[in-house]
Amino acid sequence: MSFLRSWQAILALVFIIVAVLAPVGNRGISGSLLETGPEALVAIVLMLVATAVAAFPGRTSFTDGAVVFVGAHAGAWQALALLPLVAGGGAGWGYWALVVAAWLLAWRLVTILSAAEPSSRLLALLLRVVVPLIFGAWLLFLWEVVVRGAGVPQVLLPAPSAIGARIAASTYLLWADFRQTFLKAVLIGYVVGCLAGFLVAIVADRVPFLKRGLLPVGNLVSALPIVGMAPIMVMWFGFDWPSKAAVVIIMTFFPMLVNTVAGLAASEAVHRDLMRTYGAGYWQTLVKLRLPAALPFIFNALKINTTLALIAAIVAEFFGTPTVGMGFRISTEIGRLATDMVWAEIAVAALAGSVFYGVMALIERAVTFWHPSFRSR
Amino acid sequence: MSAASYAEFGPARQGGLAARFLRSRFVAVTVIVLAIIALWYAGAFALNAPFQRELDARAELSPTFVEFVHSTWSQERPVLPAPHQVAQELWKTVFLTAPGSKRSLVYHGWVTLSSTLLGFALGTVLGILLAVAIVHVPSLDRSLMPWVVASQTIPILAIAPMVIVVLASVGLTGLLPKAIISTYLSFFPVTVGMVKGLRSPDPINLDLMRTYSASGAQTFWKLRWPSSVPFLFVSMRVAIAAALVGAIVGELPTGAVAGLGARLLSGSYYGQTVQIWSALIAASVLAAVLVGIIGVVQKIVLRRMGMAAA
Repeated sequence: MSFLRSWQAILALVFIIVAVLAPVGNRGISGSLLETGPEALVAIVLMLVATAVAAFPGRTSFTDGAVVFVGAHAGAWQALALLPLVAGGGAGWGYWALVVAAWLLAWRLVTILSAAEPSSRLLALLLRVVVPLIFGAWLLFLWEVVVRGAGVPQVLLPAPSAIGARIAASTYLLWADFRQTFLKAVLIGYVVGCLAGFLVAIVADRVPFLKRGLLPVGNLVSALPIVGMAPIMVMWFGFDWPSKAAVVIIMTFFPMLVNTVAGLAASEAVHRDLMRTYGAGYWQTLVKLRLPAALPFIFNALKINTTLALIAAIVAEFFGTPTVGMGFRISTEIGRLATDMVWAEIAVAALAGSVFYGVMALIERAVTFWHPSFRSR
Repeated sequence: MSAASYAEFGPARQGGLAARFLRSRFVAVTVIVLAIIALWYAGAFALNAPFQRELDARAELSPTFVEFVHSTWSQERPVLPAPHQVAQELWKTVFLTAPGSKRSLVYHGWVTLSSTLLGFALGTVLGILLAVAIVHVPSLDRSLMPWVVASQTIPILAIAPMVIVVLASVGLTGLLPKAIISTYLSFFPVTVGMVKGLRSPDPINLDLMRTYSASGAQTFWKLRWPSSVPFLFVSMRVAIAAALVGAIVGELPTGAVAGLGARLLSGSYYGQTVQIWSALIAASVLAAVLVGIIGVVQKIVLRRMGMAAA
């Protein structure tokens, strides 16, 4: 059983042997890996050591992790170093075996790190950050190696390095697009839409009749393809950012409304009764009890809305913009098949979206630290 | 649970039949919907009035107020079409046009619906598989789950045009590219919901399975899977709405050939506001029907499994 559980190590060994024997490239360099230079030998030795350590699945000490880490990344480094030689579809069996062996070791590394039981809380936190980071870095590595080693056409999928170069070469353009789409349309629309949803929810809470009627309608509307309102908004408010902000407002309004109404109903009856025995009025109960109890729901809406707002603004730009903006850039560059620029915009959008979401999540942690879901387990 | 639902329905049980009717949800929703329609008419009047005034001035007409209001509600290309104009257009394109014709909304709706359903099916299967893997392989939970969450902060709809164009350049056209976008949008809620659902059995039940010395597969099929079904349906309701949005946006860059998204785009090119609104209403009805169907299936399945919500 323990033999089977270290199958990654066994497979890695097989692939390392293939990597040493088989030719690295299928044209130009046809020799084996060891003929490419002394670094290759170092990498192979490091990977073999890592494989030996990884073959004992029961042990998950810090040194094991370090050795496997070094071995996996030595292999990856060697693969990257050889990449210029085999770029454009020139990679042979030896090269792919090297990549797969390094990847298997990295998988083993992630398994070791996930199984580790760190002694201090700081170390645990570090692990929670490091494991996904390693996974992401390896995703990028495999993407780069496969795209360049197998010679995937640039139009189909550009390599991460090409996207990075494009980002570096056109920061000014990207910044202008970011300012137009994110700083104007998304942020303004987000703030207005969330505030409006919140205020209407308070009014609906005060007037039960409105609540009974608005809630089903709101639930229905949040399932509707609101993005379709974009052409209408462009027609009404013109090509510049106000029309995009309008789409963002509509898009963010209903999730906020529905969540806030649900949140205001979340306080427990016992607590409301207690407030009544204190002789608290509607507003006192609202501010001191029901709004704090609704905060997790409100933050849920705030987090959902970060992504919705960005999507709404970008899609709205497909229907007409001044000649700046992320959606505009994506739709025009794709027309010229300049996919690296499109991916650069996507990277910026993903980064902006993640940071926006992360900021909301951090604020949530700071404001609702008392909530059970954040208590340390 | 029962206390909360009692509190909700409590007031409605008091008073006579008429009072109960007036307090019912049906009346409230109807009033709200009527209010929205009234607002819509008022908005149509306000937004179309300037242009109508210009038209009248040019034609040297001096209509009475009633005539003027009426003409703002029956323009050829209004800024905001009145509800009855949209309804007429819908009636014309849905029932009076042959379903095979390119002018028929049934035709366009079917194009959108088919890629929605394909994408939804693929996304649900992918989401369930991912969730099963994440629940059973600890290293995937640690490494993959954060990226599943991060993948949704990427505005995928923004990539939609690129996916379509790129897939078209390798010869993949038609249904599948749009369905891929729907898949991407719909797998996420299913994954997140199913991870929650597969982990929802109480530790006490898992321990019981262990005392039975049940295998991993047996625990999965007899405990984890059944207890995740309610979560699955909740996720599927979100997923199918997302899949529809994906299909509509996926139709935008194809050059307005077919589908509700294409109707939106061609309507915005030619200023055919009535056409945009009718496509929008058709999409909304489609979304409501799809979510409704999932809701009905959910009720039936949960009742047969003995988990029907009260």
